Amino acid sequence: MLEILGLAKSFGLQTIFKNFDLTLPQGRFTVIVGPSGCGKSTLFDCLTGIVPPDQGRIMWQGNAAIHLGGLAAYMQQKDMLLPWLTLEENSLLPVQARPRTLRDMKQSKQTLARIFERIGLTGFGAHYPYQVSGGMRQRCALSRTLMFDRDLVLLDEPLSALDAITRRELQSLLLMLQKEFGKTVLMITHDIEEALVLADEIILLGPTPMTILEQFQPRASKPRDFSQPEFMETKARILSRLQTEKEKIQG
Amino acid sequence: MKWSEILFPAALTLGILILWEVLVRTMDIPAFILPPPSAIGLCAVIKAPLIWPHALATALEIVLGIVLALGTSIPLAIFMFARPGIEKGLSPFLVASQAVPVFALAPLLVIWLGYGIWSKVFMAWVIIFFPITVSLLSGLKSCDPDFRILFTLMGAGFWMKLRLLYWPWALPQFFAGLKVGVTVATIGAVIGEWVGAQKGLGYLMIQSNARLNTDLVFACILWLSAMGLGLWALVGFAEKRMVTWKNN
Repeated sequence: MLEILGLAKSFGLQTIFKNFDLTLPQGRFTVIVGPSGCGKSTLFDCLTGIVPPDQGRIMWQGNAAIHLGGLAAYMQQKDMLLPWLTLEENSLLPVQARPRTLRDMKQSKQTLARIFERIGLTGFGAHYPYQVSGGMRQRCALSRTLMFDRDLVLLDEPLSALDAITRRELQSLLLMLQKEFGKTVLMITHDIEEALVLADEIILLGPTPMTILEQFQPRASKPRDFSQPEFMETKARILSRLQTEKEKIQG
Repeated sequence: MKWSEILFPAALTLGILILWEVLVRTMDIPAFILPPPSAIGLCAVIKAPLIWPHALATALEIVLGIVLALGTSIPLAIFMFARPGIEKGLSPFLVASQAVPVFALAPLLVIWLGYGIWSKVFMAWVIIFFPITVSLLSGLKSCDPDFRILFTLMGAGFWMKLRLLYWPWALPQFFAGLKVGVTVATIGAVIGEWVGAQKGLGYLMIQSNARLNTDLVFACILWLSAMGLGLWALVGFAEKRMVTWKNN
């Protein structure tokens, strides 16, 4: 379980958030949705240790942590593949970067081969990033995220740069892998439909200073799509909640 | 490489040489003032047995200078990268060291290190050291911070990041600096030899100059240029082997 307790961050006079609490249950897919500039990126920066929070605590599995470096896997919108490594070498980086034995490496390679098979990269392990499409690179980034071998996964708009079709494919991959590996996932997106497809729990954020407007638990069964009435119903609820918030600010 | 890329420089070189040859011959310039290129080429080939041992001596000085420069620049650049405070302290000295005219140091180096090979090696080292250090340091610093964060989250420490991320990242810039370094290294070695030596192309040039053997002086310059070009090509080859991702 990940607990964020009373987190606060401001830059100069601008308060990004204060007294921010959030609890992520084990093995669940939580998606944060919010307007751009609401502070969700700063929240992630605090979690990953890029910027220190002014106040508050982060607890993972009951233990206090300064940030989640070394505890969480991380994936971004950019694929962040090193151009001098093959797709396989790139995916194995998290294993390379930590103390390991030769046997670890051999096992990791076997694990990776299975992951490659699941995400459709079999046969591309020896290719370099510039030789494959953007979708394939992002798949590779996803396999690297799994090779972190951490129970907690942070996803910072990981699919935003992809075209609609590739995006749909990777969404179902993400779902499948999260279920299979039992990861606790925290994802940021500004795409409400993406959140509806993926999330066990949607956290709707309001503009700065960032607050949780409402939490939704989509009732439709996974895999979800437009054809489910519950899907459309939750979407309508989220949109109307955003609308009332907007009117409140303007009025 | 496209044909025009070879053709244009080749045509230009040939044009200059022909103009030189024609001017020297029609204006009746004495050979001890300016020999025609044909005579220089002939001298460089015929006198090869004489030039060869000197060229070897100079080459050794340069290679040792390069090895020494690599052995000092790489650790220093990494050290300065790892400790920005030390970089701030050291960089004024580095820049100031470049403001000192190297030629002015040459006579002193002969006093300190003698007429042997080491005063020349040191000269070459002084000249190569700066471009390698500066280019490697800026290459290391150019690493995308997002990658740093990714590696930190992977749990990698400084040395692991250096090996997997910073060093390969800096390689293209390192090679750019090394290319500049090896081509100017000949200057350092030759100046060292001018001031005082018993061997080397610089020594041979001074000797020939005094005897008005101008064609041999030019032949030495030809050999030196060839050596510089050869080193440049060698570094270029190493770069192609090690920086495979840059052209794609």
